[in-house]
Amino acid sequence: MSLSSWGNYPKTVNRVFNFDKIATLKAILNRHSDLIPYGNGRSYGDSALSENIVQVKPYNYFLDFDEASCTVHVQAGVLLSDILDVLVPKGFFLKVTPGTKLITVGGAIASDVHGKNHHIEGCFSESVEVFTLMLPDGEIISCSKQQNTELFKATCGGMGLTGVILDAKISLKRINSRYIDQVTIKTKNLKETFEAFEAYKDASYSVAWIDCLARGDGLGRSLLMVGEFRDDGELGYEDRKKLNIPFNLPSFLLNRFSVKIFNSFYYGRIRDRISRQRVDIDQFFYPLDAIRHWNRIYGEKGFAQYQFILPKKSSFSGLKEMLELITCSGKGSFLAVLKLYGEANENYLSFPMEGYSLALDFKIEKGVFALFEKLDEVVLKHGGRIYLAKDARVSQAVFEKGYPKIDKFRALRKKYEMNKTFQSLQSLRTGI
Amino acid sequence: MAYVLIIGAKSDIAMALARKYAESGHDLYLAARKPEELRGFANDLKIRSQKDIRLLALDILDFSSHDGFYRSLDQKPSGVISVVGYLGEQVKAQSEFTEAHRIIDTNFTGVVSLLNIVADDFEARKEGFIVGISSVAGDRGRKSNYIYGSAKAAFTTYLSGLRNRLHDAGINVLTVKPGFVATKMTEGMDLPGALTAQADEVAKDIFEAQQKKQDVIYSKWMWRWIMSIINNIPEWIFKKTSI
Repeated sequence: MSLSSWGNYPKTVNRVFNFDKIATLKAILNRHSDLIPYGNGRSYGDSALSENIVQVKPYNYFLDFDEASCTVHVQAGVLLSDILDVLVPKGFFLKVTPGTKLITVGGAIASDVHGKNHHIEGCFSESVEVFTLMLPDGEIISCSKQQNTELFKATCGGMGLTGVILDAKISLKRINSRYIDQVTIKTKNLKETFEAFEAYKDASYSVAWIDCLARGDGLGRSLLMVGEFRDDGELGYEDRKKLNIPFNLPSFLLNRFSVKIFNSFYYGRIRDRISRQRVDIDQFFYPLDAIRHWNRIYGEKGFAQYQFILPKKSSFSGLKEMLELITCSGKGSFLAVLKLYGEANENYLSFPMEGYSLALDFKIEKGVFALFEKLDEVVLKHGGRIYLAKDARVSQAVFEKGYPKIDKFRALRKKYEMNKTFQSLQSLRTGI
Repeated sequence: MAYVLIIGAKSDIAMALARKYAESGHDLYLAARKPEELRGFANDLKIRSQKDIRLLALDILDFSSHDGFYRSLDQKPSGVISVVGYLGEQVKAQSEFTEAHRIIDTNFTGVVSLLNIVADDFEARKEGFIVGISSVAGDRGRKSNYIYGSAKAAFTTYLSGLRNRLHDAGINVLTVKPGFVATKMTEGMDLPGALTAQADEVAKDIFEAQQKKQDVIYSKWMWRWIMSIINNIPEWIFKKTSI
C-alpha cells in the first residue's frame, strides 16, 4: 500500500516501514536509503514522500506530563489532537498550533509549523525544550537551543532530512477556558486589510480569509479574525461530530463560478464591519478538522497549495501583483488565508519571516503549474519564499533564492552523511 | 472506580481493550507474563486517561500460582477479561506433543484454572463480569489449525457453562469470537481486507457487548453468518475442503 500526502498529488508508489521500537528503526535506517519519515500525512506536497517511507505514527506514547513546569514529553508519533484531548481539560494549550491538530509532534518540528500567533509566539520550535534525533548511523542525540544547536536549527524546519525525531519535550501555555472571544473585521480591499492587521497587531491570534477572486475595487477584501482566550473556567473538551467526505468528488464541482458564489456568500454573510463571536478551540483554530477528508473535494487528481511569504516592506505591492495574477487566471480557491508574521527565527529552513503570507489551494488542472511559475517570479522579485510543507513542484532555483541558509543545511547533511539515508521527492527535486 | 483485570495484556486486542476501558473511566490491572514490556504502554495510558494502571506478572501456564495471584489483588476486580491466546504452529503440534500441549494449556487449561478462582469470588460477591476471547476457529475443526481450534472450542464450551452457572448470581459472561484480526499474532498472513478487523474495532465491539450484557458475539459481526454457513456444510463435503 502506497502512502500519499494531503494534496493527493503527486501520486507515487512507495514502500512503507513501521516502527514502534528503537531497535526496529535502527535496522530500517541501516538497511535502506532514500528514506523519509512520515507522520500523519498532512503535509500537502511531496516533502514526506519518497521511495521508502518510515511511518512514525505508531511510535506514539506519552512519556511524561509535568504540571509544575508546564511541559509534556511525548514520542514523535503523538498527534497534537492527543495532547489537547489530555491537557485542555487540565487547563493547558499548545503555545503554537497550526490550522490542523491532526499532525504528529515530529511533523510539527520537521516543518517548524506556525499558527495564528506567529507574530507573538513564533514557530513551533519556540515551544520545543528538547528533542532526541536518530542519526543515519543509529546514534541518538539530544538537541535543544543550548545543546547540539546546529542540529536543532537544522532539524526544526528540516523536513525530516536530518534524521528521525524520536521524542520531544514541549512547553505549554495555561488557559482558563476552551472558549475564545473572536472579533471579525470586514474589510473592503487590500489596503483596509493591511490597516486592520496593523491595528490589531497586539491581538494574541490573528488570521484573515481573503476573497482571492474579487477584482478591481474589491481586490484583497477580507475577513480578519482576531481572538483572545476567555477566562470563564470552562475547560471541558469533547470531540464534536464530524462531517465526512466519503470519496473523491468530481473535480468539476470546483470551478471559478462555484468558488465565486461561495466567496460572495462567505464574505456577504458577515454584515457589520466589526462583529464579535464566542467560539471554542476547535472552531477557532481547527475549522477544517470538522470535515474529515476535506481534501477529497478536489477530486481524483488532487490539489496543490501555494503558500508564500513576502517581506513586510514589499508585501503590499507584491500581494497586489499576486492577487491580480490569480484573479486573472480565474483559478482561485475558497481557502485563501492571509497573515501578518513576526520576525524570522534562526533555523536554517523555517518558512516564516516578518511580512505577509498568503496560502491558496488549487485543484490540479491544466495551466495551474504555469500559473505557479508566474507567481514564483513575483515572489522572488519581492524577496519572498515558498513554504516547503505545502509544496509539490518548486524548482531548485526558486527554492534556493528564498532560503539563503541552504548552504549551511547542505553542509550539515553532508557532514553527518544524512543525504545518503534521507531523501524525499522534494529534496531530490530541489537539491536540498 | 473499580478495577478491570485484563489477562494476556500484551496482545494487540488486550491493549486496545485497555485503552477503551481506561477511556471510559476504569482503573486497570494488566496481567502479562513479562509485564515490564508493558511499562511504556501503561505509563502512556496513565497520562492519557488519568486512571490507575497497574502491571502484574502472571504466567498462565503456572497453574499453582493463580490462587496466590488473585489473592494478592488488594482490591478485587469488578470485571475480568481473558485475552489469552496462543496460536502455535499446527504442523509442529501434530508431531511434537509439547507444542500441542502448550496450545491446549495456554488457550484452555490455564484460563480455566484462573477463571475458576475468579468465578468463585464473583459468585460469592454477586457482582462482576467475565469476558472470554475465544475464536471462530473453535466453531469447526479444520486441518489448518484444529489443535488451536479444539482448545478454543473447549474454552467456548467452558464459558457457556460458566454463564449458565453464574446467571443466578447476576454475573454476565460474554464469549467473544473474533474472526480475522490484524495483530502481531496474524502478522505476515494474507488476510482478506473486508473480513479483517483492526484490534480497536474488536475492542469497541467487546466493550459495547459487555456493557449491554450480551452472551456471545462475533467480531466483525458478519462472522456469525459466515460461521453459520460453514457449520452447516455436511461433513462428507466439509472433509474434502481446505478452507
